[in-house]
Amino acid sequence: MTRDYNPTQLLAYVAAGLLEDSSSVFVGTGLPMIASMLAQRTHAPNLLIIFEAGGIGPQVPVLPISVGDSRTFYRAVSASSMHDVMSASQSGYVDYGFLGAAQIDAYGNLNTTVIGEWERPTVRFPGSGGANDVGSLCWHTIIVMRQDPRRFVETLDFLTTPGYLDGPGARERAGLPAGTGPYRVITQLGLFDFEETTKRMRLLATHPGVSVADVQAATGFELLIPAEVQITEPPSRQVLDVMREIDPTGMVISK
Amino acid sequence: MDVLQAGQGKLIGWHDPDEHRAWVAEHKSRALNDKRTTLEAAVEAYVPDGALVACGGFGHIRVSMAAIYEIIRQRKQDLTLCGKTAVHDSDVLIGAGCANRIEVAYAFGHELRGLSPASRRAAETGRCEVVAEISNAGYQWRFSAAAMGLPFIPTRVMLGTDTLKHSSARVVEDPFTGKPITLLPACYPDVVLMHVHRCDKHGNAQIDGITIEDFELARAARRLIMTTEELIDNEMIRQAPQDTIIPYYLVDAVIEVPYGAHPTLMPGKYYFDEQHIGEWLRLSKTDEGVAEYMDRYVYGVDGFSAYLDLIGGEDQLEYLRQVEHLEAPLKAPWLEEKRK
Repeated sequence: MTRDYNPTQLLAYVAAGLLEDSSSVFVGTGLPMIASMLAQRTHAPNLLIIFEAGGIGPQVPVLPISVGDSRTFYRAVSASSMHDVMSASQSGYVDYGFLGAAQIDAYGNLNTTVIGEWERPTVRFPGSGGANDVGSLCWHTIIVMRQDPRRFVETLDFLTTPGYLDGPGARERAGLPAGTGPYRVITQLGLFDFEETTKRMRLLATHPGVSVADVQAATGFELLIPAEVQITEPPSRQVLDVMREIDPTGMVISK
Repeated sequence: MDVLQAGQGKLIGWHDPDEHRAWVAEHKSRALNDKRTTLEAAVEAYVPDGALVACGGFGHIRVSMAAIYEIIRQRKQDLTLCGKTAVHDSDVLIGAGCANRIEVAYAFGHELRGLSPASRRAAETGRCEVVAEISNAGYQWRFSAAAMGLPFIPTRVMLGTDTLKHSSARVVEDPFTGKPITLLPACYPDVVLMHVHRCDKHGNAQIDGITIEDFELARAARRLIMTTEELIDNEMIRQAPQDTIIPYYLVDAVIEVPYGAHPTLMPGKYYFDEQHIGEWLRLSKTDEGVAEYMDRYVYGVDGFSAYLDLIGGEDQLEYLRQVEHLEAPLKAPWLEEKRK
């Protein structure tokens, strides 16, 4: 079946839809930037975009390569500092945070540090960066990543960024800000949330052409499947045009 | 106060605040001296082998590459790096064999461009030891604690994770709320390399755009080597004192190096040189390629202006200015490879 959008464009579109106008979002490199810029140019013109290096409230002209790029404070309300934006997150001003990861578990805990033993890793990834801060301090964390059984795992090789740790109440017991935690997970297969009583990942919707069985087969832990699963709405031609405007070189959306 | 959890990572850059105060009293002059010098002399004086080094800026933004190249040229050894969103700086310093230890908030990656072949290879083969993990805000606040002259700073990050387990932080019960809270130890780098838009000969410095964590890092530094796009008169500082991000008494050396952040981005002046970064990413896939890069761009050139000629001279620098101002399209070899 041919479509006029690719999986990355679908992911960005679904992610953008989660961001309401006049909310604040802490944005990382890549797909989160596309999603936030798309939201700002469509349904959420007053989306307050925040970058970890200090860009606050920019009107991003074109996709930045880095979260410290000059584009991250283009026509911004403030060109500030990491201390300022991280403090704002710690004080409760940031509604959404976007994260990616190499591995995720059923509670939304994330690994971006190593595959294998920490002391002598098979693969060394960049580490926390701002991920632990975003996952600790923002009200709602949205995770965007590829889904397969090596990435959706029962046990992480390393717990870089807190999700719900080992279940209900664990974040608060650990001392993390009350009422925070993973909110949605978006993959090339579907959209997920976390069930209230167990804090375990639950399928909310599959993307067009993806079956529930496909999603289960790509998950290395027991996924909660409700009786009714929605199907996500694909991006319109108009939305795809906006995405190409945001990322004219296809840096992120080409795949 | 009971320690609920102690991170197992190595504690680096920490000093008892009284010890630091005594060090400052003895070594940091409050005289309004002329601190202009050469890169060669500054690196010789303030970057001993084995030093703990931190770079101002962020990732590929406003990094004092001129100072980094000089460190490589002088073949400094056994440096430990503050991996505070250390991207290009740490990649070349580890690749060149100057640094063999790093505390990691973010390293071994080039953001959208992909992972760093050279430093990642070093980490995976044990040539570069990761001494501890931390988060970006965590590192920033280690510098905040040092800048405030405190032994530690309380925060609510890293709790409940392996990042904390492998950090040098401790968790205690907060005496006010009764909840667990993370205490991050202060970090005083032995030397900080920083590139700014303009400063006077004493080191009073202005930065355009985001300051990232340079306000705190400059105040945490024991020695601060400052390279600047432009040297300005002290009178210009005094006409706009609200623009001074870093006052002179924090600064040990001032070197005027136009384009001194190349190939990283200098806000308002020049964009990332993606062609040059792409060349590094391509060559650094092998140790031989790293050696080739260093021979061509560091050991084989006589000073920074010769380096600028080599990367394309005025035409390339004008092009980077245009990209920064959204007047020219971005050219990036790694992007073409990605599109294939």
